[in-house]
Amino acid sequence: MATEIKAGSRTDKSGNAVLRGGAASIFLSPATIIIVIFLVIPAFWTIYLGITNYRLTGFSAVDQEIVGLDNFKRALDDPAFFNSLKVTFLFTLGSAIFGQAVLGFFLAWILFGLSKRVRNTVEIIVIAAWMVPSSVVSFLWIAFLNGDSGTLNAILGSQTRWLIDYPLESIIVFNIWRGTAFSMLLFSAAVASIPKSHLEVARVAGATRGQQLRTVVLPAIKPYILTDILLITLWTFNDFGPYLLTAGGPGQETELLAVFIYNNALRFLDFGYASAIAAIMLLINLILSLIVISSGRKRS
Amino acid sequence: MRNPFAGDLEKSSTERITSALFVVIVSLFFLLPIAWLFLAPFDGQPTYQLKLSDPGLGNFREMAENPYAYRSLLNSAIFSVGTGIVIILIGAPAAYVLSRVKFKGRDVFLYFLLLFSSVVSGSAAMVPLFLLALRFNILDTYHGVIFIIAGGLLPAAIFILKDFTDSLPKSYEESAKIFGASSYRILRDIVTPVIRPGLAVIFVWAFVQSWGNFLIPFLIIRDVAKQPAAVMMYSFYTEAGQAVIRTVAAFGLLYTIPVLLMYFYVNRKYGFRFYGGIKG
Amino acid sequence: MKQRTRRSLAIGLALALAIGVTSVAPASANSVGAACAKADQKAKVGKVKVICKQAGSKLVWTDTRVRTVEVSANAIAGGKNAQTASWINNFVIPKFTLANAQKGIQVKVNFTPKGIDDNAFKTQIALDLSAKRGADIINLDGFWIAEFADANYIKPLGKVLGAKKVKAWDGWSQMPKSIQGVMTYDGKLYGTPSGTDGRIIYFNKQLFADAGLPTNWQPKSWAEILTAAQTLKTKLPADVVPFQLNAGTGMGEATAMQGFLNFLAGAGSLIYDTKTKKWQGNTKAVRDMLTFYDEVYNVKKVGNSEWQQLAGEAGRNLSFEAFSKGKLAMIIEGDYLWRGPINPATGNYKMQDRNTNVGFARIPSQTAGAGVNQQNFVSYSGGGGYVVNPNTKEKATTWDLLQFMNSEEAILAFMSIGNTVRITQRADVNAVTLTADPCLKFVFDRAIPVTFFRPPSSDYNAVSTLLQKATADIVQGKTVAETAAAYETALKALVGAGNVTSN
Repeated sequence: MATEIKAGSRTDKSGNAVLRGGAASIFLSPATIIIVIFLVIPAFWTIYLGITNYRLTGFSAVDQEIVGLDNFKRALDDPAFFNSLKVTFLFTLGSAIFGQAVLGFFLAWILFGLSKRVRNTVEIIVIAAWMVPSSVVSFLWIAFLNGDSGTLNAILGSQTRWLIDYPLESIIVFNIWRGTAFSMLLFSAAVASIPKSHLEVARVAGATRGQQLRTVVLPAIKPYILTDILLITLWTFNDFGPYLLTAGGPGQETELLAVFIYNNALRFLDFGYASAIAAIMLLINLILSLIVISSGRKRS
Repeated sequence: MRNPFAGDLEKSSTERITSALFVVIVSLFFLLPIAWLFLAPFDGQPTYQLKLSDPGLGNFREMAENPYAYRSLLNSAIFSVGTGIVIILIGAPAAYVLSRVKFKGRDVFLYFLLLFSSVVSGSAAMVPLFLLALRFNILDTYHGVIFIIAGGLLPAAIFILKDFTDSLPKSYEESAKIFGASSYRILRDIVTPVIRPGLAVIFVWAFVQSWGNFLIPFLIIRDVAKQPAAVMMYSFYTEAGQAVIRTVAAFGLLYTIPVLLMYFYVNRKYGFRFYGGIKG
Repeated sequence: MKQRTRRSLAIGLALALAIGVTSVAPASANSVGAACAKADQKAKVGKVKVICKQAGSKLVWTDTRVRTVEVSANAIAGGKNAQTASWINNFVIPKFTLANAQKGIQVKVNFTPKGIDDNAFKTQIALDLSAKRGADIINLDGFWIAEFADANYIKPLGKVLGAKKVKAWDGWSQMPKSIQGVMTYDGKLYGTPSGTDGRIIYFNKQLFADAGLPTNWQPKSWAEILTAAQTLKTKLPADVVPFQLNAGTGMGEATAMQGFLNFLAGAGSLIYDTKTKKWQGNTKAVRDMLTFYDEVYNVKKVGNSEWQQLAGEAGRNLSFEAFSKGKLAMIIEGDYLWRGPINPATGNYKMQDRNTNVGFARIPSQTAGAGVNQQNFVSYSGGGGYVVNPNTKEKATTWDLLQFMNSEEAILAFMSIGNTVRITQRADVNAVTLTADPCLKFVFDRAIPVTFFRPPSSDYNAVSTLLQKATADIVQGKTVAETAAAYETALKALVGAGNVTSN
């Protein structure tokens, strides 16, 4: 990439007059080194492990062999894998797309119309939920959802065992609670960037709030919507957090893919199989990203 | 930016009421689960119930019987600040370059890095990461953990920082260039001050990711004096896997406060936004 | 110079030289550990450099080379397994260091404490050993030995330290072969066991009396357990759970050890046949075991289904709490329950009437003589111990330390720290301490003789999980036939169809 810039030239091939070749390389090299060593190599190595029968203990620890696509075939025959796939898709759809993005947007939109004090206060609360460390947050929610004395049941006057009877719903709500802050912040900046004039014109023309939203706001912030959906879909699809709430259970009802990998890796020390699943997840992430990106291009 | 709807007479009272209701309900939703964290640690007999009976500091005293409890919080701070600094120092220049220099496949390249980072932050990558750390002799070191965590966070950090620099008009840089300023000086004196709010946000984001990270320190650190709070939290569970609520609550509170304080500080100083850097 | 003067000069010079040399030459030391006079004085014993150091109340010639040994266990002061951590920090290290100092040897024992999930600990140790690193003495659970040995991470004790040296320890005579079995794989001993445990049925004598059942109850078949449970259900208030039989995946290995393994053995089969190298698939024994679960949770409804479906340890802890409060009449557990959770002094669920109101019974086979080896009763035992890292650089000192940790003195100290009694690895200690504790005496006398160990196979962990899931399916209402079939399908996918028995 840096080679396309002629060193010492005023403007390079892409008309960039600002950065010269040498500087670009220096600015990029530390990031390149770290990314290559701690991201690219381990990622490829992990994918490689997916085609072996490697385990951390047992005979396969020393005698590992390349077994080609056996691990992948095993996944396709594994009902637990398909269950995990289904759970993860539902989780991502429910908590990221319908949850965080929608709630985040409406929070940003409505807070935008309120006083600075109110906005700051609410933002602090929402962001706090995002910042509390995972091991603490899971404890808070186990307490909140507790069947006998949890706060939710105290409010509703019920004795529902949320994590047992409604586990998937519980972790979806949990994840919405956890992640909305990011979307809220992103959309907050997006809404702030809409030129005031466009909104004025719509208002003067007699458009209702709903129409203003549809005709002015949403089109104006489309790139933001895209970025948000892309990032939170990927993050949610790969999320491991709910493990601390339900450990994938009851049974396997909330065994997200990240939890499925964790169980195979840390409980059975079956890293070959776990790596194959990780490779499959990578593929799915790729497909999801392509879908999001191309739907953005289509609309424009 | 002035809110075009502030003080708008067009806003009907139903709109006002629904907005208010929405805000109140949502705030409660976010607040209620956290409330426990501020009561239970001070409760002499804490349970999952939201209550405060028998208030006192006994739980903290009991927590301190673990000689590594406070030390682990310091270690978390070292790891998190280190990660934040590395991300800023390494990610910002890289984001700047990728923002200014268009090359074929630049965006695709970034997306791929983003995808790989999800593989590397999962449990499957544990063995390769461990063996790499062994090869580079960074096992059981602070910098080992910092670099590995940073490696996983860099793509997203660059992705977000690039958007900050994208929104910066090139005119200042171009005129500075005409006057012979080096790229380094442009980055330091012109670009950085403007995207400083974005840098602050990314620092906090990287800090928070590192602060809560269990997997990498668990993988790399063996010396208990270097263990961060994320790992130390589990020593307050019994061997049967049951949490000792008294000490877990107390430690959980101490473990949470630094992160909240950091957010308040950054929000006050720079405003907390992911884009634009303009305080709303 | 005149002849006489030269001679006197020579003698004088020689004398001066002798005096000079002897005054600056180091004092002679005859052996390491011998008494010396002046602190910090230096000397040599053969090739070994020694220095005069204070050891307790005397001064001895001490080897200047410091031997460093590292011990690793999933224990940490003020947290997990605090008793072990306390024992190592406050007894083992100071005593061992002093004893060596008095013999003129400097040792530095480092204890690396940890407080993490057991699976996470196991992963860390496996990673370290695979990289040829890690502590010199490592605490391992007995049933990890097989997979670590297969991966060449650990070697038999004799191979690491020298067979003759290991045999020479007199402690072996005090260690029953059944307990040595905890750390044995494929006929070879991999480390020193740290005691063992056993499973029995605990019951609340008062509740039994209230229901008209005998307080010296000992069931002789599964049917008798179910009958008693039904009587309890009918005669006692609705908030008393009659029977706790661990089930589901939340409780992990506790479902195996306190649950289905005992009932498989009671139905006549061990989960893995070491001779044919086959696992129990959809066999009569497995179906009978699942039927028992079905009777408990679905047919007669004498158990609490909710507890079995909670994540992690939550369900198990609820059962402990209920038993301690007299709201659970019978529970199958290891002696851990007695020593730990319901201990009236130190437990998380103190049961004040534990010593007077708790009865013990052995776990019966399906019917008399139906168990493996035609046993009438069964039990399962676990336990862990300490292995020596094959990459250790201080073999002699490590072996000394290991012997010390297994000495009568050390084990007595361990128990006095926690103020609890356990079944230890030494018969001499057990003879003294167990007589005072009715539960442990019962376990040692009646359960250990009929006990089984989990199979030494690296696949065990995964197979156990499949069976845990099978019990979870039963608790959720699936039929025995359906569950057993699904289990066998998954088992075949895991270990290969050729390694599975069906009938």
